[in-house]
Amino acid sequence: MLLSGTIYTARDKAHRKLTDFITSGEKLPLELKNSAIYYCGPVIDKESGLFSSAGPTTSSRMDEMTEPLLTAGVAVLIGKGPRSEHVIASIAKHRAIYFSTIGGAGVYLADRIKHAQVMAFPELLSEAIYELTIEEFPCYVAVDSHGKSIYSR
Amino acid sequence: MLVITVREINLPVVTGLGKDINKNGAISITMSRIITIDSIQQKVASLITDANIELNSDAFTGMKNALRVETNSRAIDILSILIENAKMAAEKRKPLCQDTGIGVFFVEIGQDVRIQGGELQALLNGQMSKVYRESPFRLSVVRDPLLFRENTNNNSPAVIHWQIVPGDRLKITFMPKGGGAENMSRIKMFNPLTQVEEVKDFIVDTVKLAGGRPCPPVIVGIGIGGTFDYVAYLAKRALLRPINEKHSQNDYAVMEDDLFKQINSLDIGPMGLGGKSTCLGVNIETYPCHIASLPVAVNLQCHAHRYKSLTI
Repeated sequence: MLLSGTIYTARDKAHRKLTDFITSGEKLPLELKNSAIYYCGPVIDKESGLFSSAGPTTSSRMDEMTEPLLTAGVAVLIGKGPRSEHVIASIAKHRAIYFSTIGGAGVYLADRIKHAQVMAFPELLSEAIYELTIEEFPCYVAVDSHGKSIYSR
Repeated sequence: MLVITVREINLPVVTGLGKDINKNGAISITMSRIITIDSIQQKVASLITDANIELNSDAFTGMKNALRVETNSRAIDILSILIENAKMAAEKRKPLCQDTGIGVFFVEIGQDVRIQGGELQALLNGQMSKVYRESPFRLSVVRDPLLFRENTNNNSPAVIHWQIVPGDRLKITFMPKGGGAENMSRIKMFNPLTQVEEVKDFIVDTVKLAGGRPCPPVIVGIGIGGTFDYVAYLAKRALLRPINEKHSQNDYAVMEDDLFKQINSLDIGPMGLGGKSTCLGVNIETYPCHIASLPVAVNLQCHAHRYKSLTI
């Protein structure tokens, strides 16, 4: 599948911060309802501010922090590799979807990210949350909204 | 090499000369080769840059070969994109993968080399920091592993493996090692009389348990023997052997072939989405070990297999 539209990056530390916000009931620094989260810590070009290499990171590290985000309204997850049974069940419960994109294809994927702008936690550098505009971003449905996983073949 | 034979005279102490008395009572003097820090700075910087941009030719060929035998449409699609990505990275001079890794250096220093004008370790870390900040590459190192995971903001320090070797050469290899594949690596201390099949199962299971996480098709670096610490080093060093070169000992070369076939029949495939190409190569390195031990380590490397060497 080729995805086009707006997505947010968030990896390990940004997940911890977001889940801390949710636990404490504080106002989130971005709207998560119907949002798409991309597990990515990019290389950022100094001059253009664009991503020069931006493949996915391993999704399973985010497994324990995924359910609160789905409960908060995140609809789409993009990363690489298998998810825990718990996450798969949670994806089905919230009618969300998990896509795998292509790890290591950093330059190819960055070429399809047309715009990048920091949204939250700039102190986290590459681990900050960026808002991205993507065009024809290649992905595979890895866990569908009924909880069917491509990895349990 | 300068050799001077002398009788009954005292030699003045000369910087840069080492003297040995040979078995005939003659003194042979070997000139140390002096390498200045200044003269290698730029070369080390280029090495670090290139290692992040250029996919190794063996991995590139490996992926093209894998594409030829794949029948799974997703696998064909992904391998084609990865080949395209490697070409794009080389053309645009951008890092192949956004995970520009923790730096791993392998340094072989000839025992007749003298380094002057600074510290070699400081040069390696310094040039790495400079390249990572200026390129820029992703800064992926935290100062404290457990209690304060705060970015060092310069990708320093690197992990450096030092080796003293004969001769007057200095060889430096730089490998940016990503976290995804490194995290899926395993080590096990087996009973010394464990059957070969059990050891092979452990290796295949490591790849199976990792599934799509380490960015398959992977390169499997295997260490067998030595000690708990040394076997992990062997596994990492195994990744430095081109994947089209077999182990020098035939029995191990056959084992590499066999593991290659077993791993590629797991149907993990590129990114774990199915297919015949789960690994591009299997390299084993061995070392003698204690009568009570049989250490085995498996270090996984993603398909973005990259390192560069220079010899001075």
